[in-house]
Amino acid sequence: MARGSGISLYQDGHLKALDRRDMRSLYRLLWLTRALEERLEIIFKQGHVVGGLYRSLGQEATAVGCGYALSDGDWIAPSIRDLGALLARGIEPRDILRQYTARGTSLCAGKDNTNHFTVPELGILGPISPLGTQLCVLNGVALSFRTRGEPRVCLTFQGDGASRTGASHEGLAMAAALNLPIVVVLEHNRWAFGTPSTAEAAVENWADVAGAYGVPAVTVDGNDVLQVYDAAAQALARARAGDGMTIIVSETYRMLGHAQHDGQRYVPEDELIEWRDHDPIRSFEIYLVEFGFESETSLAEVRARVAAALDVATDDVLAEPYPAPGEARSRVYGNAELDAAIPWTRGEVPGYEGLVRARPSATRATTRQSQGA
Amino acid sequence: MTSGETRETTYLTAIREALQEEMRADETVFMLGEDIGVYGGAFKVTEGFLEEFGPDRVIDTPISEAAIVGAAIGAAHMGLKPVAEMQFIDFIAPAFDMIVNFAAKSRYRTGIGAGLVIRGPCGAGARSGPFHSQSVESYFANVPGLKMVAPARAYDAKGLLRAAIRDPDPVLFFEHKFLYRRIKEELPTEGEVLVPLGEARTHRPGNDLTIVTYGAMVFKSADAADRVAAEDGSEVEVIDLRTLRPLDTKSIVESVRRTGRLLIVHEAPRFGGFAGEITAQVCEEAFEWLDAPIRRVTAIDTPVPYAPTLEDYYLPGEDDIVSAARWLLAY
Repeated sequence: MARGSGISLYQDGHLKALDRRDMRSLYRLLWLTRALEERLEIIFKQGHVVGGLYRSLGQEATAVGCGYALSDGDWIAPSIRDLGALLARGIEPRDILRQYTARGTSLCAGKDNTNHFTVPELGILGPISPLGTQLCVLNGVALSFRTRGEPRVCLTFQGDGASRTGASHEGLAMAAALNLPIVVVLEHNRWAFGTPSTAEAAVENWADVAGAYGVPAVTVDGNDVLQVYDAAAQALARARAGDGMTIIVSETYRMLGHAQHDGQRYVPEDELIEWRDHDPIRSFEIYLVEFGFESETSLAEVRARVAAALDVATDDVLAEPYPAPGEARSRVYGNAELDAAIPWTRGEVPGYEGLVRARPSATRATTRQSQGA
Repeated sequence: MTSGETRETTYLTAIREALQEEMRADETVFMLGEDIGVYGGAFKVTEGFLEEFGPDRVIDTPISEAAIVGAAIGAAHMGLKPVAEMQFIDFIAPAFDMIVNFAAKSRYRTGIGAGLVIRGPCGAGARSGPFHSQSVESYFANVPGLKMVAPARAYDAKGLLRAAIRDPDPVLFFEHKFLYRRIKEELPTEGEVLVPLGEARTHRPGNDLTIVTYGAMVFKSADAADRVAAEDGSEVEVIDLRTLRPLDTKSIVESVRRTGRLLIVHEAPRFGGFAGEITAQVCEEAFEWLDAPIRRVTAIDTPVPYAPTLEDYYLPGEDDIVSAARWLLAY
């Protein structure tokens, strides 16, 4: 699917299953993703975000469409730009606010940041910073489904940059070889930090990579939430039926720098302008109004409700404390007694007072001075 | 133990039995690795497993150590108990990221642990060259969250592997390939052989000098101790660490406070090896009890070479241990 083609109305079985309520939910998730990230940017500039801030501007439709296509009991492993998928799985805005602001109440208890949380109840496997690795781990989740004969499936994302790692290749090779129930969404967002995907790979058509693993690939307009949803639903159904992995190539664009500190001066201006005209949220708004699902007024109401909820969540979270310092040494091991045995390496050394009484330092200093003289 | 009957069991058979017994008792235990199913494992540890447990529990994987360990982590998150085999422990290097960044930090970061075992043949002496002979424990020693086991006896290989499979944390289980078929012990035929992680054992008691060691060096150290006893009349205590992390500092310190002299022997290279850490801990906790400097006998700081002359030069030998022990006893 060529980029810039606008919203396409699929008329097959999958999309017919989406009703007015689904359309509302998809829109709300798209807008919530963007509004939450904008909120994060504000509190980042206010100094409340402890580390870096990574946005998914322009890529919201891929994350939301995929997340929405999953069923209860399925598992997902996001990459850094898939906030929308986590919101679709039931993660609350305040969970994200707590992560970025390192609150003790956060899903990682302040020990890790961004979307690095694993929440089994919601079927979420957190990624780690070395890229491509979450696919290898999600394979194990998929393996457990197959071993237990459960009709559950997995879906994970990787950017075109992450897809170059050894872990990614190994993960794809194993998922294909073991015929695991998994869907891999390759987000061709054109930039891996400051390097264009053309410098990351000699691949023209990214769906071609699937041939190396012997699995099918489908390319979608990643800025069209319905097209993404449709492709994901079909690939998930295929995995659920025991037919193995599908790669979905999402053609999309990273509209901001790698992180908040990156002004993306290396990005050609005309590219940004071209893709700005293909904004996934504005396109969907036009579609929803044109086909009578929503009016501009009803969409504005959705946005207002999101904003109000974010106001409350932000105020609440900013009032919450950091974790207590001593928590730094908790839950390293599964046995609490091993955590308790982690040596404390600084501060007062036991027995100091006794040493001072036995050999007063003043005497030693005097002795040294007299020896030196 | 329900009866006193025993059977001669090799170190390798003990490992096989531990795997078999855990897999029979608990259907969540499964194995994955290269050539472990159809072929039965490079050392035949898992021979017959595919037939007994089926392809869902004995999984032949592509040659992709990162993916093997990754899948083990994911399966562990889902409540299974994976045992991943590294065909040779040297091949753990491609899985380093998955172990140190994913498995080891998982519980700390997310509250969801990764109870899994990564086991494989380690160690030199089998004329196998730089990539089939390494001792990799120090690569992982600086990573909180991991546990590491290096048994010397067949009994411990069996008992510790069972404990490792039941452990809630990622355990690296180092099987010394030189011991696989050379070590034979009478093991109980009935009842559970289970050895808790984190406890050293006294392989040979003595009051004049403490040798702290593990793996194949336990036997070289014991032979050296016997020689010192026979030729010099001194009694050397040999402590077999069995588990490297968590390290049983208490047992080491107790012995050193009794003997006043410490020699640490390991097969891994010297710089950054476990001997350095043990030395530091003993200096912190038993300095006043020491009657001599702490000494180390280790491999030299080179890769493991191939030719017999080179490998023998590389590895610590009984003579080296005897010399160091005599120096310490004379100090």
